[in-house]
Parts: sequence; structure tokens; C-alpha cells
Amino acid sequence: MSLTILLLLALGLGLAGWLAARSRAWAFRRASGASAMAALPSYHGWYVALWIVVPMVLFIALWSVVGPHLVSQHVLASPAAADLPAFGFKRESMLAEARAVAMGTAPAVFNDQARALVEPYREAIGRYQAIGIVVTLILGFLGGVWAFLRIKPDFAARTRVERTIMVVLLLASLVAILTTLGIFASLVFETIRFFGMVNPVDFLFGTHWGPDPMSSAANPDSSRYGAIPLFWGTIYIGAIIAMIVAIPLGLMSAIYLTQYAKPAVRAWVKPALEILAGVPTVVYGYFAALTVAPAIRDLALAAGMSNPSSESALAAGLVMGVMIIPFVSSMADDSIAAVPQAMRDGSLAMGATTSETIRRVLVPAALPGIVAGVMLAISRAIGETMIVVMAASTAANLSGNPLEAMTTVTVQIVAMLTGEGSFDHPATLSAFALGFVLFLVTLGLNFIALRVVKRFREAYE
Amino acid sequence: MSERIPPTRTPVFEERLKKRYAAERRFKLAGIAAIMFSIAVLAFLLVTMTLNGIGGFQRAELTVPIDFTQAGIAGDPVVLSQPGGMQSLEAQDLPSVVEFFAEQELGPQGAAQLGSGAWREVGQAIIDDPSLLNTTATFDLPASPNLAAALNGEGSDETQALAARLVEQGKLETAFDVGFLSRADATDPQQVGIWGALKGSILTMIVTLALAFPIGVLAALYLEEYAPKNRWTDLIEVSINNLAAVPSIIFGLLGLAVFLWIFPSMRSAPLIGGMTLALMTMPVIVISGRNAIKAVPPSIRDGALAIGASPVQVVFHHVLPLALPGILTGTIIGMARALGETAPLLMIGMRAFVASPPDGFTSPATVLPVQIFLWSDEIDRGFVERTSAAIIVLLLFLLVMNGLAIYLRNKFEKKW
Repeated sequence: MSLTILLLLALGLGLAGWLAARSRAWAFRRASGASAMAALPSYHGWYVALWIVVPMVLFIALWSVVGPHLVSQHVLASPAAADLPAFGFKRESMLAEARAVAMGTAPAVFNDQARALVEPYREAIGRYQAIGIVVTLILGFLGGVWAFLRIKPDFAARTRVERTIMVVLLLASLVAILTTLGIFASLVFETIRFFGMVNPVDFLFGTHWGPDPMSSAANPDSSRYGAIPLFWGTIYIGAIIAMIVAIPLGLMSAIYLTQYAKPAVRAWVKPALEILAGVPTVVYGYFAALTVAPAIRDLALAAGMSNPSSESALAAGLVMGVMIIPFVSSMADDSIAAVPQAMRDGSLAMGATTSETIRRVLVPAALPGIVAGVMLAISRAIGETMIVVMAASTAANLSGNPLEAMTTVTVQIVAMLTGEGSFDHPATLSAFALGFVLFLVTLGLNFIALRVVKRFREAYE
Repeated sequence: MSERIPPTRTPVFEERLKKRYAAERRFKLAGIAAIMFSIAVLAFLLVTMTLNGIGGFQRAELTVPIDFTQAGIAGDPVVLSQPGGMQSLEAQDLPSVVEFFAEQELGPQGAAQLGSGAWREVGQAIIDDPSLLNTTATFDLPASPNLAAALNGEGSDETQALAARLVEQGKLETAFDVGFLSRADATDPQQVGIWGALKGSILTMIVTLALAFPIGVLAALYLEEYAPKNRWTDLIEVSINNLAAVPSIIFGLLGLAVFLWIFPSMRSAPLIGGMTLALMTMPVIVISGRNAIKAVPPSIRDGALAIGASPVQVVFHHVLPLALPGILTGTIIGMARALGETAPLLMIGMRAFVASPPDGFTSPATVLPVQIFLWSDEIDRGFVERTSAAIIVLLLFLLVMNGLAIYLRNKFEKKW
């Protein structure tokens, strides 16, 4: 692979520059004494190495993105490409086939037209590769020579190198902002396209969900994009059923572990809860679909329900609740631990039993923190995907019966984007609109929860 | 003033105290019950997965001796070692040869129950060792899904009788399936393997680690050691905290809309999957890294500054080495989370059926959790055990990673 070779070459040249510059700096130091030097010899080495490696790597990165486009432009301009179908899937597949053969990743082509393209491809790839290698080498060489000539005894190499390091640090921390912007931009962009085809009011307040990815994209039926059943399913499974399981169990676990358990018990139970939190969601989903959902179906049958669903909201919600228990428990643990010891001691000194102290003093005092923890847990539950994809249904249903099949926002995102629909169809784009709603809601919940936690901490400090 | 204080322990009080103590015991019991429930679920989960999974590491195999001296297959080692080796064997009618000897050994009924791709395993053995062609070799070949089910007491009476007969003759047995750890996905549960998905996971994790670790550590150093207190720094902090809480599927949408738009030809590639997971893991590394850096006492910094180190030297020569064990612990935990992540990878197309292990970072691949998801969707009963076996492999990896993190934490944790 030429990319790896180029990168190794850059590193090798960098090393050579480092050694050369360091020995030159040592020569200066021997000639004029250590006190005359503005920086240690190795900093001179780093300075030159940076001037070699950075331009080379930047150019390699640029070339690996631009290069393939230039190659295909060159091939399309060749006479052999004139007979290709004008556009569409067939043209793309022929080009891909010829490219694979020219690069040596496929043994032979099956299509005659594609065979004619192999030679132009091979030629173009060879040419642009050669250009890339030559330019990279020239850049590295020029950078190295320029930096090498600047080395003098009084040259402040260290400050230059350190300034570069600071820039790299700043860039690394900007990645977080870029990611947030990237998420926001990609969601907003596709959502706007979606709302160009489907009325936002229909989407946010309609009660019928049934997009048809095979229908004509030009004139979509807005009334099939009502997302209320999805929002309801998400809230019912993630914020109601799961929380009915997770809040009492998580809270009681935290109370027992912090107030009653002996250190030895705590040392064993806490890691067990951490394991429960570390089990991948796909395993929970498998457990829900294979074990819990059939059991609930059998129970419903035994209770006399006719034809109960095997994809009930209850199964997905229960398993999701179990998944959230460790999370609620650790949040409650933190907020109970933040209540000052004096309040607990005061209550006990008045003659209250431990449970009375917990119920009347500790929990009310820790309540803001617990509520914030529950909000974070809800935001995690409604964004959870695999459990509902595997155990809940894809059919939208606006119902209050936990034994009925229901779908959620995340299930629909997966269903719409893993189907066969084209990227310009409103059914596919609706996934981005749903993702945007999900993003905004989780962001809002997190924002409020973090503020509550912050104010609550300040109250006791 | 010798007024007598009435006794506190009146009968009414005693009665109330008894009730209060009963409430205390009930409350404590409720706490124990809550914890027992969680532990019971965990135990149940692990036990069912293990019991099902043990079967997944085994398969039903038919014993077939093949006399290659009669078969007349030419095996030029040079031809066989090339990519088209299997095709050349197929062209020389290896499938029929295998079928012929199976019929001789097992009878026509038994030979019909040989797995559909069984000859490929014979072919692979020949490619690995062409000298086999001059001998009579005995192979343990996969049985068909029907026969495998019959061996477990399911399916039609006829097949069950056949299975019983073959077992009696010692030609059919359930054996530990070594190949499960070295093959890739297939349509027949008897012939699937986990290595394809495992290799995809390893490649994806390498990309994730290579991107998320340096970026995360450098960002943590900047925010904790150098960042001025201003609006920009606040913005960076807010976005890192929010990214840590964004649902993973949203990162999948980002990967789909941005990465696949820049690199349209790399659908399903570990490179794209790794980049998407790196964005998800980076905030975790930043947050744990900042805590580890914060735990290094200021006296270390002051000491280094006092003997003339520059701010960059203080951080890279003193603070970073001391904070590294803590940063590594956080990184391993973040990587374990990324290893178990499924939803974002579904979005960027890593759910494709990939029948051979990926060759590199840019070839189509799938990963362990996605493979589990795909197998769990299969209707064939044979996939249930295979899915559990794959889950065991995944959980073992996670266990090793988390164990390593706990070990590091205990070994290097310093109280200053």
C-alpha cells in the first residue's frame, strides 16, 4: 500500500532530519559553549523534524482525498470511457470493477467495457501516485533544508517547538466542538430537506405513522409521517415502564449499599453492578427477544388474552429498566454521599432509626440530585437502540396497553436507514428528522440535569 | 424540686417502638431484595448464555475417509496457493468426489445429509497440504442443519432414526468445532465462524484507539493545564459533556451523513466504523483523563517550574507520566464500551453479509456485536446456539478489558 510506504518515508526523513539537526546543534554547542545556546540540541532536532514531517503528512492526507477524484476524472476523459452508459448504477459498477482490477484487488473483469477501462485506470493511478510521491518528497526536503539552515547557537528552537505543541493541543480540544457542529449540521441539513417534502406540523402532531419507501418520492403523502405514535412508544417504553423498574430498584440498591452494607459486601456487590452496566446492549436485546418476550406472551395467554403480541412494549421496557438500574444506583449513590454527615448524625441522635433517617432526612435532602440522575437515566433510555430494535415492534401503535406491540424513535431510525430506500426519499430522510428530535430532547434533559446537580452541590458546600 | 420524671418506656411507646423496628427491618429487606434482584438477573443472564453457548462451540460432524489416489485430482502446489486454488479444485469436480466417498461410507441417505459446503473444508485442507492428494485421509465434515437438529432430538422421525444409526456406527458425533474460531459468516449455521467478525472488531478498535487516545489525551491536557478561563473554553467543556451523553445512534447518523459522504466507496469499512466510534469514545477519554490529571498534586508542577522547566516540559515530563495509569484505565473502559457498541455501526452499513474475514482497514467487514444481532435475526434453530457462543466470546473480551482496567487502577493508584 503506497500510503503506508509514504507515511513511513515521512517518518524516516523526519528521523534523519532530527539526527542531522541535533548533531549540528551539538557542534555549535561544543564550539561556543552550553551557555551560548538558546535551546538544548534535541529541540533543534525536533524543530527540523517537525518541518519535514508536518508538510509531508498534510500533503499525503490531502492527496489521498483528492487523488482518487483526479484519477477518475482522468479515466473519464480517456477515449475508452466514451462508450460507457451515461449515468446510473451500471456506470458506477463498471468503473469500480475496472479500478479494482487496476489496483490488483480483484483477479479479472467480467465486463468487456470495463476491461477497456483497466489500462487507462492503471496508467492514471501510476501517474498520480508518482506525482504524489515526488511532491511529498520535495515538500519534506524543502522544509527540512529551510529549517536546517535556520539553526544557529542563539536560535530559540524550544519556543518554536513548544508553540507547535500548543497549537496541536488546541486543535485536539477543538475536535469536540467540531463533532458537535458536525452532528448538528448533518441533522439540521437533512431535516430541512425532509421538511421541504413533508409538512412539519403533520410530522410533529400527526397520529398515523406508515412511510412507504417504495412510493414515489416526488409527491409524498404527508399524512403518513405523523410521529406522535413513535414519541408515545418511546416515552412509554423508556420513560415509564423502564423507570418503574429502574427507579425503585436502583434507589434501594444505592441506599442499601451506602447505609447498611458492610464494606466486604459492598466490595463484592459494586463490581457486580458494574458488570451489569458493562453488558453490551445487544446482549440485553437478545435476552429480551429470546427469553423475556416469549415468557410475557405465555403469561398473557395464561391470563386469558387472545393473541397477545410477542413483541410487547413490556418486554423491551423491563429489560431496559434492568439495564438502567446500575446507572440510577450510581447517580443516587453520589447524591446521597453528598449530603453532609452532620444531618445524618443529627437525625440519629434524636432517636430516629436508620430507615427513618433515610426516608425523612437523607432522601429529601438528596432529592434534587436523585431527580437529576433519573432525568439522565431517561435520556439514556430513550436513546437506547438495540434492546428496542430486537425486542420491540416496527409497527406504530398508539396504545396504553403494555402487552401490545409498540415502536420507538430509534427503531424507526434503524428501520428507515437499513432498508432499500434511496437517499432522496422522504422515508429515508425522516430518520434524520427523528434523530434531530431525539438529539434535542436528550440534550435538553442533560442540560437541565447538569444544572440541577451543580446547584445542588453548591447548596451544601 | 423533686418532681418525678414519668418513665419513657410506657406501653404505648413500647408498642410504637416495635412497629418502628419492624419498619426498619422491612426497609432493610427491601434493600437486600433490590440488590438480590440485580444479581439474580446478572447470574441468570450469564448462566443461560453459557448453557446455550456451550452447544454453539460444537457441531455435528460426519466422519468420511477419502481415497485421493482414486480421485485423480491434480494438485499443483503453485496453482493451489494462488487465489483461484479453490476454483481449480471445483473445476476438477472435488464436490462430486467428496459426495462419492460419503455415499460409500454413509449410504445414499447419509450422504444427502452432508452439509452443502462441506467439500470446501476438504478443499481448504488440500490447499494447506497438497501432499494429501497421494494418500487416504479421513475428514470430519459438517452435517446438514437437519441432521444436526435430529441429533438433538428434533425434526422428523426418519432423520432421527438415521442420526441414531450413524451415531451407533460411530460416524456421526458432536465435536468441539475448532473452525468456529477461524471461519467467517455463512448461511448454514453448521459452517459459520466468528473469526471474520472478531477480526473486523479488532481492526475497528485499532482505528478507534489510534484516533481517540491521542486526541482525547491532548484535549484533556489542554483543558486541564493550559486553557484560559473564557467563553471558548466553556464552549469546549459544554460540548464534551454533551457528547458524552448523546445517544450512540446519533453518532451513527453523523458517520452516515459526513464520513460516508467524504468516502463514498468505504461503506462497511472498519476505517469508517473506527472513526465513528472514535468520536464516541473521545469524550470518555477526555473526562477520565481530566480527572487523572487533576489528581496529580500541584507541588509536582511547582517543583518542576522552580528548577526552570518550561510549562510544556512540566506537563510532558512530569504531569503526564504520573497521570498516565489513570488515563489508561479510562481509555480501556471507553474502548470496552466501543467494542460492545452496535447501533452506530448498523447505520454505516456494517450489517452486510461478509463471508470472508476483512483483508484490511478499507475492505467490507462486520463486527462482533453486529454479528450477534444478525445471527439473532436468523430463523434457523442452529443459529440460537451460535449466537450465544458469539456472545460468550464478546463477553470474554469485555471481561478481560475490564479486568485489565481494574488491575491498572489498583496497581498504580496513588494517594498523594
